[in-house]
Amino acid sequence: MQRYDDLTELLLQLGDSAMVQAQRLCELVGGAPALEEEVALMNVGLDLVGQARNWLEYAAERINDGRTADDLVFHRDQSDYRNLLMVEQPNGDFGVTMAKQFLFDSWHYAMLQSLSDSSDERIAAVAAKSLKEVTYHLRRSSEWIKRLGDGTDESHTRMQAAIDKVWHYTFEFAMPAEYLAQLEADRVVPDASSLHQRWIGTVTSVLSEATLVQPEPAARNYLSGKDGLHSESLGYILAEMQFLPRAYPDANW
Amino acid sequence: MPTGDLIASDQPAADPQAIERAWHVLDEVMDPEVPVISLTDLGIVREVEWRAGQLRVVLTPTYSGCPATEHIELSAKSALTDAGFEQVQIEQQLAPAWTTDWISERGRERLKAYGIAPPVGSAAKPSFDKIIECPLCGSSNTKEITEFGSTACKALYQCNDCLEPFDYFKCI
Repeated sequence: MQRYDDLTELLLQLGDSAMVQAQRLCELVGGAPALEEEVALMNVGLDLVGQARNWLEYAAERINDGRTADDLVFHRDQSDYRNLLMVEQPNGDFGVTMAKQFLFDSWHYAMLQSLSDSSDERIAAVAAKSLKEVTYHLRRSSEWIKRLGDGTDESHTRMQAAIDKVWHYTFEFAMPAEYLAQLEADRVVPDASSLHQRWIGTVTSVLSEATLVQPEPAARNYLSGKDGLHSESLGYILAEMQFLPRAYPDANW
Repeated sequence: MPTGDLIASDQPAADPQAIERAWHVLDEVMDPEVPVISLTDLGIVREVEWRAGQLRVVLTPTYSGCPATEHIELSAKSALTDAGFEQVQIEQQLAPAWTTDWISERGRERLKAYGIAPPVGSAAKPSFDKIIECPLCGSSNTKEITEFGSTACKALYQCNDCLEPFDYFKCI
């Protein structure tokens, strides 16, 4: 596994998380519970692909070995992906899809808020742009958590089961990210140490309004997206996403 | 004054009228997804200037993933080339992030006439009880169907009076 400087690692974590989440959303084309929902899920995915491109173009420039953002997406293996474990988990039912989306959105929002004040101008520009879009994503996923959690007995049970199912992967949001310490000191990620607190604040308030039980803090385990130690799910995502450019390397739009 | 500046300003194309003409050309280039609103009405043309003998045009994307971004770049460039500008350089700029507050009055009227409710209020001062008027019958008795519409920049609404569904250009 290749390890880059802290700033590049951060760009890969942001870009890869947005990309993998977008790819998961795209699986729902033709399979969402309602047409309006499908349009919304794809719009969120589209925003995330655009954001991934902005982060990964910067990462590619810093890596500077001739690879483009496209090469990073289509020609890296899973141990070189830095995405959060949460976004690679299977979509499951609509409750699980929304639980993952909400938990990711609330982390993403807190992270982008911090990055909007980054001392790195390019990061600040991409973050401020993305934050507008992610504010919208978070509002929408929060509404679904509340509507399903505080809905019928059936929807409540399933929404609680969905939160419990994926909650485990939130340990990454809480991890004392050693690699962020220097970036925080350099004000590249100004509020890194309050990130977890701001994230859990949003989660607690939405889950309580949704009449859902907030699980105990998730325990850390041997997996770690930022170290390229992924669950088995990522391999399947990459196999589908990378098939065409790998089988037909000259393929172009 | 450095020599370079003198050379640049000596070029016949570098007169202020040419810049104005370039703005007019861009004012005729329509958004590919909402073909009644021009690039300047949308507020995505941030700068037009001469730099080192080239016409430099700075655009800003509406949404990070907007698939029209490249298309817009190409159509701006070809419109300027057709209008006689030989050296055109288009750049994308992310900051400050585009906001619907930059859509011109004329742009808003054109959106409405086209059947799309223009953004209500100001993105800089968000408010929570916005009344979105139906662009077809003018009623304020409308409801949101979904927060996302046919493109990233729109949401889907329906009028409770005339019952027609319509697009709302989201305020961001």
